[in-house]
Amino acid sequence: MKDMILEYIKNEYLDEDEAEDTDLNENTPLISGGIVDSFSMVSLKRFLEKKFSISIPDDEASPQAFDTVTSIIALVNRHLAKKGA
Amino acid sequence: MAYPAAVKEAWQAELAGIREKGIYKEERFIHSPQSAHIKVEYPSGSALQDVINLCANNYLGLSSHPDVVAAAHRALDERGYGMSSVRFICGTQDVHRTLEHKLTEFLGTEDTILFASCLDANAGVFEAILGPEDVMISDRLVHASIVDGIRLCKAMHDTYKHCDMAHLEQKLQEHQDKRVRVIITDGVFSMDGDLAPLDQIVALGETYNALVFLDDSHATGFIGKTGRGVHEHFGVMGRIDIITTTLGKAMGGASGGCVSGRKEIVELCRQRARPYLFSNAVPPPIAAAGIKVLEILSANTERRDKLEANAKFWRKGLIDAGFVIRDGDSPIVPVMLFNAKLAQDVARDLYHEGIYVVGFFFPVVAAGQARIRTQLSADHDIPMLARALESFKKVGAKYGILGLDKKGIIEKYGQ
Repeated sequence: MKDMILEYIKNEYLDEDEAEDTDLNENTPLISGGIVDSFSMVSLKRFLEKKFSISIPDDEASPQAFDTVTSIIALVNRHLAKKGA
Repeated sequence: MAYPAAVKEAWQAELAGIREKGIYKEERFIHSPQSAHIKVEYPSGSALQDVINLCANNYLGLSSHPDVVAAAHRALDERGYGMSSVRFICGTQDVHRTLEHKLTEFLGTEDTILFASCLDANAGVFEAILGPEDVMISDRLVHASIVDGIRLCKAMHDTYKHCDMAHLEQKLQEHQDKRVRVIITDGVFSMDGDLAPLDQIVALGETYNALVFLDDSHATGFIGKTGRGVHEHFGVMGRIDIITTTLGKAMGGASGGCVSGRKEIVELCRQRARPYLFSNAVPPPIAAAGIKVLEILSANTERRDKLEANAKFWRKGLIDAGFVIRDGDSPIVPVMLFNAKLAQDVARDLYHEGIYVVGFFFPVVAAGQARIRTQLSADHDIPMLARALESFKKVGAKYGILGLDKKGIIEKYGQ
């Protein structure tokens, strides 16, 4: 899951030269680090919902919850568990 | 009245936080009309300083033009000061109708509706025409007022990488299931000074059945051979569905904005756009001055030609001096410094040299992209700009950044 999300972020949010300069890993701050702006975050949310067949309510899609791939994975896992339950 | 101490303290702490981060904005008091040369009191209480103004949106130098001022005076005498009404009750005068007609003609559209500002136009237009079955696809660097307008609208929104046509195409393909697709872009991006590739955007719009929205606030009056805007520059006049623009920059610089475009879109704005319905009509002197500005611009292209020449001279001068600037064809010329503190220090030193510029940094621009945004005006002349260049060189040399590329500046000062 981690690699898939990192790959999406790289393609969706970074220009080619930025992709080379940016050390992107699961703990890189995305929103507070200025890689993803909170307004453009919506496509990442839709990607996760589509990929994992989940629905993330808007109030859970906060800049904090989307700030690192680690926190995004935690959010996705919570919704996957809910779906499985 | 209740102003609880806890609330007061919380807001004081927020303000202290803004100051600590170094992003507290302070106003500088100008004791002269807006112009290329201004008298500034800064910091507050200090003696007035004569400075060359390189940060106004006064691109055509019309903010204090005698003919524009005279037109406003005349309207003040003949039509009064304010309307005390929204447009649709008793706030529409002949000057409003004339200005809307003249803007339609100038921009090459079907119809135009005035707003109190372009911020209002952008805040109102999307909600007036789009619903949940539609999608708005915007460039990631569009102006904050467009972001606000998008947020107020129930249509889905998506974004594409700045001026990246392959990414835009991908998004248009993704959203083919929507009723209406609107591609949203600035004409000239205000922080970078680059132009949206509008010919390609229009072509993609036509291929994927999408409307094109253009905010041409930093272009109307001077971009394109006769100053009609970025659509003229790229030869796509008449093919833009929605143009929003302002009278608050090149076009006299007071206030007022508009939505100009397809007849039905403008008509829907008159019926539904909340900033139009619930705020006052543009004051008569401002509307009349706007008409005068359009007359001046339609008579000849002298002012935009001078602006273009000034911008060319300035860009070349900065490059030759060894600064890193953003490429572009506009009179917005960002001097890239990458580091926020460096941008502030350079701006402060330039002020002491008699050059008024401002440093911009995150969150106004992307992290690590701090800069000084310089803006040219037809009010500038070459000797004035040559003097300003000397000051830039002096300060640039002090910080040892002349001749350094992006990497070099970041190595020296951090990002």
